[in-house]
Amino acid sequence: MTARYVIRFGALAYLALVLVGPVGYVFYKAFEHGIGPAWDAVTTPAALHALWLTLEIAAIAVPANTIFGVVAAIAIVRYRFPGAGLVNALVDLPLALSPVVVGLSLLLLYGTGGWLAGHGILFAVPAMVLATMFVSLPFVVREVVPVLREVGTEQEQAASTLGASGMQTFRRVTWPAIRWATAFGIVLTTARALGEFGAVSVVSGRLVGQTETLTLHVQERYESFDTTGAYAAAVVLALIALATLILMNLLKPKEETR
Amino acid sequence: MIEARNITKRFGDFLALDDVSVDVPAGSLTALLGPSGSGKSTLLRVIAGLEHPDSGAVFLDGEDVTGRPPQKRGVGFVFQHYAAFKHMTVWDNVAFGLKIRRRPRAEIRERVTELLELVQLSGLAKRYPAQLSGGQRQRMGLARALAIDPTVLLLDEPFGALDARVRKELREWLRRLHDETGTTTVIVTHDQEEAMEVADRVAVLNAGRIEQAAPPRELYDTPANEFVMSFVGPVNRLGDAFIRPHDVELLLEPNGSTQEAMVERLVHLGFEVRAELVRDDGERLSAQLTREQAEALELEQGQIVYVRPIRQTVFR
Repeated sequence: MTARYVIRFGALAYLALVLVGPVGYVFYKAFEHGIGPAWDAVTTPAALHALWLTLEIAAIAVPANTIFGVVAAIAIVRYRFPGAGLVNALVDLPLALSPVVVGLSLLLLYGTGGWLAGHGILFAVPAMVLATMFVSLPFVVREVVPVLREVGTEQEQAASTLGASGMQTFRRVTWPAIRWATAFGIVLTTARALGEFGAVSVVSGRLVGQTETLTLHVQERYESFDTTGAYAAAVVLALIALATLILMNLLKPKEETR
Repeated sequence: MIEARNITKRFGDFLALDDVSVDVPAGSLTALLGPSGSGKSTLLRVIAGLEHPDSGAVFLDGEDVTGRPPQKRGVGFVFQHYAAFKHMTVWDNVAFGLKIRRRPRAEIRERVTELLELVQLSGLAKRYPAQLSGGQRQRMGLARALAIDPTVLLLDEPFGALDARVRKELREWLRRLHDETGTTTVIVTHDQEEAMEVADRVAVLNAGRIEQAAPPRELYDTPANEFVMSFVGPVNRLGDAFIRPHDVELLLEPNGSTQEAMVERLVHLGFEVRAELVRDDGERLSAQLTREQAEALELEQGQIVYVRPIRQTVFR
């Protein structure tokens, strides 16, 4: 009995200390002087531009990584091709590699003297999109691969004996089996894309009102001693993340929440 | 009519099928019988197009279909673990092949209704596979395969995952269904009783080769070799001779051609009694008797009897 309470209390205390406390404190600090100043802080042109840019980058990176993720997962699980193991290992690279290293490598590649220097990529949106795509790449693949493995190939084989083409089999059999894993992967990808700081920070040049995403905006405000602005922008980030999670749970039908 | 010609298939170092040829006459129900790893499922999958043979050819109704993908072969395939489309209702599972073929809605409705009736699932059309028992799921699998009017019906250990009673029921039901529809059918099984009971012809496979293909009775009475003899029924091996337990005669007195044996154990299986015997030379064998025979002999454990084979088979 007591052991159970200890475990329960321990888990809650840990969550409170590590998760709820810090995030809650940000909310508290943002609204310390009421809603007015916070609202003003996040509706400045620079803040609005940062928000818009963040969403724009996510709107490119997330669909790209979703399509890549589903295709790569199918390739890894269903087809034996030379280099499949390598692809599988490479997909995890962004999880292991520090985002700063990613940013630096893009800097070297597109920067002065780099192989692909001078196409207006660096210190502009294209490099930021590339950096974001890099760091948010693994999530859809990692969610879909185990589900594909678990459902196996029998249903797909059954579909093919019943006359379904590859595309029909994907649409009618494979996709319904992996769509929730994909949706969850999209949520994680989105969260990562919105929250990315390190890699984007290196390649963006951090020009206020031009190449500043919401995370960069938070830091820039903080460094300018505008704590209300920093906290308010952080709250916006947290709310977007929360909205994504809620959206997924609303989309998810009851019967499939196993 | 299915003809498989000189099929060879390897998986890495493992030789699954070694130059196998088999004919399945039109309208027949043929069983591919063998232990696990004998290649029986691989052969079925090669016929369906789910595996590509390394060499050899498959003909369906005289047409070479070796290079054709499964979608274009018109075969109905039933899987051991059902392969039910989990996110579709029973109705949609059965209708799948017809929808793919873009048949008119009225025709689909009529055909699916008819098939669900045939497999006795009419009341369960709106259920999902997860809400069905194993036997119901497999009947759904069968209806789904039959929906496309397949030229041949292929069943891969269809009742293997079901419990003994349901298995027996479905086996009889499959035989009746076959007699009604007359579809050329191949069933893969490792259960000799199932093969003998349901099929017109049985092909016995072992280690990637066909040992013998014959009607059940012929297989039992004149097995081609040791493997077939011991696989299609229980057998005693005494030296070079193989004797079926029901071909062992038990007497209470010696008569010159008999040997002494002790009844080690008696097993009562309803109508039949099995006596486990130890001969005086230490050889063990079992004898199968009817209950009346056992009662007439007043058999008891530990009793001394005299045994003699009525019939025995020696393979050179």
